[in-house]
Amino acid sequence: MSERGSPEKIPQAAGGRAPDVFKRGGWVPMNHYDEDEEVDFVIVGTGAGGATLSAKLSEAGFSVVAFDAGPYWRPLEDFASDEKAQNKLYWTHDRISAGDNPIEFGANNSGCSVGGSTVHFQMVTLRWRPEWFAAKSKLGYARDWPIDWQEMWRYYDEVEDALKISGPVRYPWGPSRGRYPYREHEINAAGLVLAKGAEALGVKWCATPLATLSAPRGRAPPCVYRGFCKIGCSTNAKQSALNTYLPRALAAGAEIRDLAMVAQIEVGKNGLATGVVYHRDGQWRRQKAQNVIVAGYAIETPRLLLHSACAQHPDGLANSSGLVGKAFMAHSNHAVWGVMQDEIRWYKGPPSMAVCEHWNYEDKGKDFYGGYAFMSQGPLPGDHAKSLASNSGMFGMEFRQRMALYNHMAGLKIVGETLPDENNRVELSDEVDEFGIPLARITFSYSENDKRLYKHSLRFMRQMLEAAGASDFTETESTAHLMGGCRMGTSPADSVVNADGRSWDIRNLWIGDGSVFPTSGGVNPSLTIYALAARMADRIEALGKRGEL
Amino acid sequence: MAEQQFHSLYPDYDVLAKWNTPSWNEQTRGVVAKRLSEVPSRAFFDKIQYKVLEAVCDRVMPQPERSAREKVPIAPWLDCKLKNNETTGTRYVPLPPLQECWRQGINAIEAEAKLRFNRSFHQLDPAEQDMLLHDIEKGDVQAPNWGKHLPPQMFMRKVLLREIVEIYYAHPMAWSEIGFGGPASPRGYLRLGINRRDSWEGEEHPNEVLTKAAAK
Repeated sequence: MSERGSPEKIPQAAGGRAPDVFKRGGWVPMNHYDEDEEVDFVIVGTGAGGATLSAKLSEAGFSVVAFDAGPYWRPLEDFASDEKAQNKLYWTHDRISAGDNPIEFGANNSGCSVGGSTVHFQMVTLRWRPEWFAAKSKLGYARDWPIDWQEMWRYYDEVEDALKISGPVRYPWGPSRGRYPYREHEINAAGLVLAKGAEALGVKWCATPLATLSAPRGRAPPCVYRGFCKIGCSTNAKQSALNTYLPRALAAGAEIRDLAMVAQIEVGKNGLATGVVYHRDGQWRRQKAQNVIVAGYAIETPRLLLHSACAQHPDGLANSSGLVGKAFMAHSNHAVWGVMQDEIRWYKGPPSMAVCEHWNYEDKGKDFYGGYAFMSQGPLPGDHAKSLASNSGMFGMEFRQRMALYNHMAGLKIVGETLPDENNRVELSDEVDEFGIPLARITFSYSENDKRLYKHSLRFMRQMLEAAGASDFTETESTAHLMGGCRMGTSPADSVVNADGRSWDIRNLWIGDGSVFPTSGGVNPSLTIYALAARMADRIEALGKRGEL
Repeated sequence: MAEQQFHSLYPDYDVLAKWNTPSWNEQTRGVVAKRLSEVPSRAFFDKIQYKVLEAVCDRVMPQPERSAREKVPIAPWLDCKLKNNETTGTRYVPLPPLQECWRQGINAIEAEAKLRFNRSFHQLDPAEQDMLLHDIEKGDVQAPNWGKHLPPQMFMRKVLLREIVEIYYAHPMAWSEIGFGGPASPRGYLRLGINRRDSWEGEEHPNEVLTKAAAK
């Protein structure tokens, strides 16, 4: 614990300094802006989107104040090797979950930390298949993105280098790409089960590109395969927003305010955003700004825009299309688990060290639109037990005995594309939280296409596990990741923001996170969120130079 | 009915033996020490509800090989979590908010026991308790307490079972019995491959019950 008290209770980034994430008790200098000073950018959220924007916009010479509702951790001193204690990383405030397939939030997909969900993410950093950026025109379903794939792939190069992704020399699917900045990791037994199955079925596989170091980088050491990635990396080997883009942002002059819950974006008489109202250190406060970027992820971003409704914008900000909160998406996250004769001990190493993107790139033999990747698994005991119990309803000695096979288990789990559907949505409920902000109510149901996709995956993964020597199968279903709800597009009637993340309705209000995704793709979204934010920062800089901000 | 016995592949492995090794750092020792030594007293449920809860925990995670003193405590931590209103981030429609959900759920289990057996849940024998919980899990219920806002299967799967197993598998004894390496920081692992084990990981003892399960 630092000399300034618990980071969960007392803001750490204050008084001209912020935590040095690489040193126990360490500090780095931080700029301070007055609340009456109209800073160039207020950024709400410091995850993959907000952190990247904070760094790049500060480096471009803009004044930036970034807010996060969560604590500012120093991984070396604040993170225990313990699932229960690390629940502190998640957004555990109530969200109301409805629909035919209600989504699990909290530990499943929502961070509440400076660095956002990248503090707990499992580091899988996959690129989108090029055709997905033109899903409608090239593959005949859903929508096109307003950005060309080649431009996105150039930004993938940029952010993969910024995060020093460890990956294979040759990636087996899609257009050729350069080699990854760091070499791939040795694959653990859980990954080797996937490899064995893939080879038996004649499909390609490879080492998963991961945002954890395979060699030292500056003050961050290489991964030691402790396997607690999902509950926070205690060594800094994981390359999260917390220990990559945010130190860059601080060095370039950004101010970060932790434990700062932004409740509303204020709008002036001219209809433009004037700043934000936020709660910090027991008080309601205001920060003035020329521009506001919302980067709170796919629940908090629509929630904030809707809760900022005012006389000029009675249905919420940036919502003249009525699309704020609509076409929200999650990935299907179905899995097959089997028992191996061999000892696997899947708790060692990052949870998903081997990947198969076959059904993302192969379009023949599918009875559905879209694709899915699947990966080897390594859940920690509590996580695995919860999933098994809630999916099977099993309990008692049968359950305890099943859990006793923990070291013989192997599993494959998908990241499955779901189609955008405006009935899947984020709304405000009539209950409020401790700050008086209405709770988000989220409705989610799978479409028939989504169901065909995950059923296909369950058949295929079972076949693969069987080919690898597993038996005694169980299946689980879940969802992963949050996307959409404020989609980008080419027209004000049909989208919330343009390709630059700029709101059609309020020209100094921007969105820089996964909520702008028009479609969900069949891979983990973090790399694409980073890449979009990196592109957005360059666009803002270019617009600024032309006097178009 | 004879209680089914538990079989571990790692009968002589104790994850706590690593307490003073590079696998455990100061912050992990801190949180686990607290879990082992500061078991909270009842503060949320009333006495009857607490007895029901204890009996439910005992059926969901039976520990027949351990004396009452040795058992992994579950009800105290659950009660504590509810006292502090430690929400999970998800409230499934139509369930009520966390604290209310548990009060109503435990009362409904008790009402179901009274209706069927004319006895309190904690006074039923284990076979009766198991049968009742399985029926609730399947949605086969009679008590009026399971109203529109408390679908029995949803309460069992999304709330009750999840919370109970999560608390059980947060205990070092649970880590040891399944052969989990346990805390690992700063030292992680070197041998990642199939059938490979570092010297600081538990050694497996072949066991007939499990071999059979694996071959099933």
